Amino acid sequence: MKMRAFAIRNAREILRDPMTLAFGIGFPLVLLFLLSAIQQNIPVPLFQIEHLAPGISVFGLSFMTLFSATIVSKDRSSAFLQRLYTTPMTPADFILGYTLPMLPMAVLQSVICYLAAMLLGLPCTVNVLYVLLFHIPSSVFFIALGLLFGSVLGEKQVGGICGALLTNLCAWLSGTWFDLSLVGGAFEKIAGVLPFLHAVEMERNALSGPMVSIFPHVWWVLGYAAAALGAAVCLFLRQMKRS
Amino acid sequence: MEAIQTKGLTKAYKDIVAVKELNLSVHTGELFSMLGVNGAGKTTAIKMLCCLTQPSAGDAFVNGKSILHDTAEVKKAIALSPQETAVAPGLTVRENLMLMGGVSGFSKAEQKEKADAMVKQFGFDAVIGKKAGKLSGGWQRRLSIAMALICEPEILFLDEPTLGLDVIARSELWDLIRSLKGKMTIVLTTHYMEEAEALSDRVGIMKNGQLLICDTLEGIMAAAGADNLEEAFIHLVKGAAE
Repeated sequence: MKMRAFAIRNAREILRDPMTLAFGIGFPLVLLFLLSAIQQNIPVPLFQIEHLAPGISVFGLSFMTLFSATIVSKDRSSAFLQRLYTTPMTPADFILGYTLPMLPMAVLQSVICYLAAMLLGLPCTVNVLYVLLFHIPSSVFFIALGLLFGSVLGEKQVGGICGALLTNLCAWLSGTWFDLSLVGGAFEKIAGVLPFLHAVEMERNALSGPMVSIFPHVWWVLGYAAAALGAAVCLFLRQMKRS
Repeated sequence: MEAIQTKGLTKAYKDIVAVKELNLSVHTGELFSMLGVNGAGKTTAIKMLCCLTQPSAGDAFVNGKSILHDTAEVKKAIALSPQETAVAPGLTVRENLMLMGGVSGFSKAEQKEKADAMVKQFGFDAVIGKKAGKLSGGWQRRLSIAMALICEPEILFLDEPTLGLDVIARSELWDLIRSLKGKMTIVLTTHYMEEAEALSDRVGIMKNGQLLICDTLEGIMAAAGADNLEEAFIHLVKGAAE
């Protein structure tokens, strides 16, 4: 009951912020339609809808990090968390209360992205459902990253780190906007050990099939999701003790 | 049994002792004010009593339960209205009240019942559907206190409840706090002398993390040879510096 009440509150706070709709849904859709329009005029394999949609779907998750980090950071700075720490809520209530309501939002964001992609010519196959399933570990990674940043950064820093830096990192290192092999060298290697490229490749391969081609990308994403969640829990508990 | 009893309660940070060997008793049902200038250690003391900060030394007993060893039991007995107006800005007044009922473990029906009681007690009818973030400072403070009260605490901590409010809003909040007197133990921190004078049964004056004196208003004025609390406060605090 305690966790549920807190989770409902968090969902309401996020969904009632007009920026959620603008950045969480609007911006990725604009990019999807814009790049598809470019593709129609100057055909580039990278911007074919079956390549583009998974990239946009993962890119949209970077805004989930921003929303998650912002609410945690705001709650810390406004002493709202301090008030809640004097209630019988347990650390698990806090962590699940922040994380769980973001998951359906992240999946819904992806659903909207793929529905828009279908309007632009993406074949409607059962593989889209698999993609949504494999979208969950990526979602956990990005949401946990938000909890992690929100636990250590102030409101303004969250805007800079999650709003600017992470979205750019996710865009450049995911292979969505350009083929990473064109840059090559250290850039490509760094992208290969970070989760963004693997999250996109996992969705692309799940979409095109066969399903076995999602490996080893799925392991990278699951590993990063577990590590981010573990680090987020540790840092949240640390700031809870320090409050 | 005392509502609160501290025994050598101390909080030290790297280069500063925020609270030093605090020995204090707060009687059940009284309104106890902690007075002091900024940085006197009032808020740190409250944070320790609310289990928000671990003491460096000593212990405190809230309704007989140790803040070190029985934190879950202590949390069941207390509620805090923090110095900053800690409300959920995107939620309406009613939703904020229901939220606090929910995180305190009440059922949906109980949350609604308690929220309705708070609306009546605090006169929230006109603003019940308004988002908390859009309320005036005075209303936000009232909501902050109502959110603390909805979990029916035996001990209520009010940390600087009228800080930054205008004269009218402050007066209205004083009336509200007066109406709570006797129904629960209230610990209030403030640096407004007139606030402590208007509301308190007993007052403790802190400076540099230490409790200088703890007595009734009359007792403190007599000890300082002053006619009012402000004079007594200045005398005692300046005297301690010498």
